[in-house]
Amino acid sequence: MTRAKPELHDTILYVDGVSVSFDGFKALNNLSLYILAGELRAIIGPNGAGKTTMMDVVTGKTRPDTGDVIFNGGTDLTRMDEARIANLGIGRKFQKPTVFESQTVYDNLELALAGNRNVFSSLVFKLNGQQRDRIDEVFETISLSADRDRLAGDLSHGQKQWLEIGMLLMQDPELLLVDEPVAGMTDAETEQTAELLKSIAKSHSVVVVEHDMTFVRALAAHVTVLHEGSVLAEGTLDAVQNNEQVIEVYLGR
Amino acid sequence: MTGIAPRPSQSLIGRLVTSNVGSMITLAVLFAVAIVVPLLNMATPVDSPIHVPNYMLSLLGKYLCFALLALSVDLIWGYCGILSLGHGAFFALGGYAMGMYMMRQIGDRGVYGNPELPDFMVFLNWQELPWYWYGFDNFFFAMVMVALVPGILAFAFGWFAFRSRVTGVYLSIISQAMTYALMLAFFRNDMGFGGNNGLTDFKDILGFDLQADGTRAGLFVASALALITAYLVCRYLVTSRLGKVLVAIRDAENRARFIGYRVEYYRLFVFILSAVMAGIAGALYVPQVGIINPSEFTPANSIEIVIWVAVGGRGTLHGAILGAFMVNYAKSYLTGAMPEVWLFALGGLFIFVTLFMPKGVVGLVAKGSQQWQLRRRSARDLRAESDLRSEGAK
Repeated sequence: MTRAKPELHDTILYVDGVSVSFDGFKALNNLSLYILAGELRAIIGPNGAGKTTMMDVVTGKTRPDTGDVIFNGGTDLTRMDEARIANLGIGRKFQKPTVFESQTVYDNLELALAGNRNVFSSLVFKLNGQQRDRIDEVFETISLSADRDRLAGDLSHGQKQWLEIGMLLMQDPELLLVDEPVAGMTDAETEQTAELLKSIAKSHSVVVVEHDMTFVRALAAHVTVLHEGSVLAEGTLDAVQNNEQVIEVYLGR
Repeated sequence: MTGIAPRPSQSLIGRLVTSNVGSMITLAVLFAVAIVVPLLNMATPVDSPIHVPNYMLSLLGKYLCFALLALSVDLIWGYCGILSLGHGAFFALGGYAMGMYMMRQIGDRGVYGNPELPDFMVFLNWQELPWYWYGFDNFFFAMVMVALVPGILAFAFGWFAFRSRVTGVYLSIISQAMTYALMLAFFRNDMGFGGNNGLTDFKDILGFDLQADGTRAGLFVASALALITAYLVCRYLVTSRLGKVLVAIRDAENRARFIGYRVEYYRLFVFILSAVMAGIAGALYVPQVGIINPSEFTPANSIEIVIWVAVGGRGTLHGAILGAFMVNYAKSYLTGAMPEVWLFALGGLFIFVTLFMPKGVVGLVAKGSQQWQLRRRSARDLRAESDLRSEGAK
């Protein structure tokens, strides 16, 4: 079922043979996952399948016990911290929307703006016209232009999710990891989010972890099913939904 | 804190001074105090009703130092969420550095008349000056140490704590342990800092007699200027992008990390800066009170600073200054009038502020003025509406 292993230089993210255990519990068990440059990939799986741990490993929050995590065909991520990986061009959206609530929506985007993250350069930083245009552009993309001066904490749940996606875009990453973007959203918001991610995927590689099957269908993405820390199946949504093993895992043994 | 988004076209002065009503008032009051109080002390006759007596001048001078100390705590606690319960340690270290300079200035005018050794060393039968006292006879060297010693301690402490991602209550506890350990160390006679008596009996600073009116006024002005400068520096920081990053770290540390900010470096930077500010406050405090001893390291002192900031209003800068003045004035008054009540009042105040005034006095005032404006606006709207209606009736 799994596709043939692609060449390293074709991948944006190359996760090979990664295992992580917490106090004897194997959260990831020899996980291998290859995301091609420019791909939009959905990852599904029951609770505890290792989806969030996989993201933690890629973004530097958790160190794998064994295995390789290689970004952009050559950069080893397993020894780097979160900030370094973020600056390399991997953006991550959390499951629970996490924005800077006591700051304005505009400041949230400005803080995420790609550039020098040095303490001393932040002392003298000034937005230039080009950067301001970039912020406006992202405001258009996430449809929050009217809310730019509001406090991020006053936004609705769905708007916060979009703001967070907007912050990822400001970082100008090559790869976006998006954890359950439509959890708690209304149907209309879910639909809008699917459109948003599809348009982002035109110019970025995107990995989406999601439970909501309608949403995954709307994304029309290649699907990977995780189970007990490794890949159970891979293919189109229809193919994996008809997969015996997948049905067994989802419907219970 | 929302008032930290400056308009891009604003000049530096506009950004620091006029972008915020609280900061305008604070700076105006501080400048006025820096000029008027020493003037009223020096230039008016003692029996004049507007005369500021000496005791009042040194009391206010002390408050200015406390306000600077409170400002340093507000910078890290209010803006970066680092609750240090050991900031008194940096204050005391700055104070000790200044005290060492003034001890060396005593020269052979001490009780034992030893030109090299301070009295307590002669008393301990020490034969020569310990190496770490070298250089403190030089004012410039001592002033460098005032900033450097707290700065280095803050660097060492922060480097390990922030890199290991120690935050929240754990950080508060180890900061308290730090000041407690220093207190125990400074209590020991063989540390060479005068044991439990500390350093005292100072005679002069830069050749000026500490008892002279002019020196006292000079120290007062120096404290006021230090506070004003520190306030402007802090305003600059919190209105810069760095300030936004600090607030971002305070509110959502992980988000800040995952958009690429090295959280520990930002924390370390403000922590060191704050420690240096506290050290300067201590250095200005010691010549005005004439003594520095290990009791300045007691954890209770550090907790008191946090209460000043909480009462005034955390994360506003001017709130910290206001809180330091208010609580210390209450302390001076109560410890004189009803000494046994003071600690209960302080504890009660902290509970009251935490429960009912989470944004302190400044927050209360801001809320009050907002409501007043709202009411005025709705009254105006009502009037306009009734005008419209009466017009329609015609």
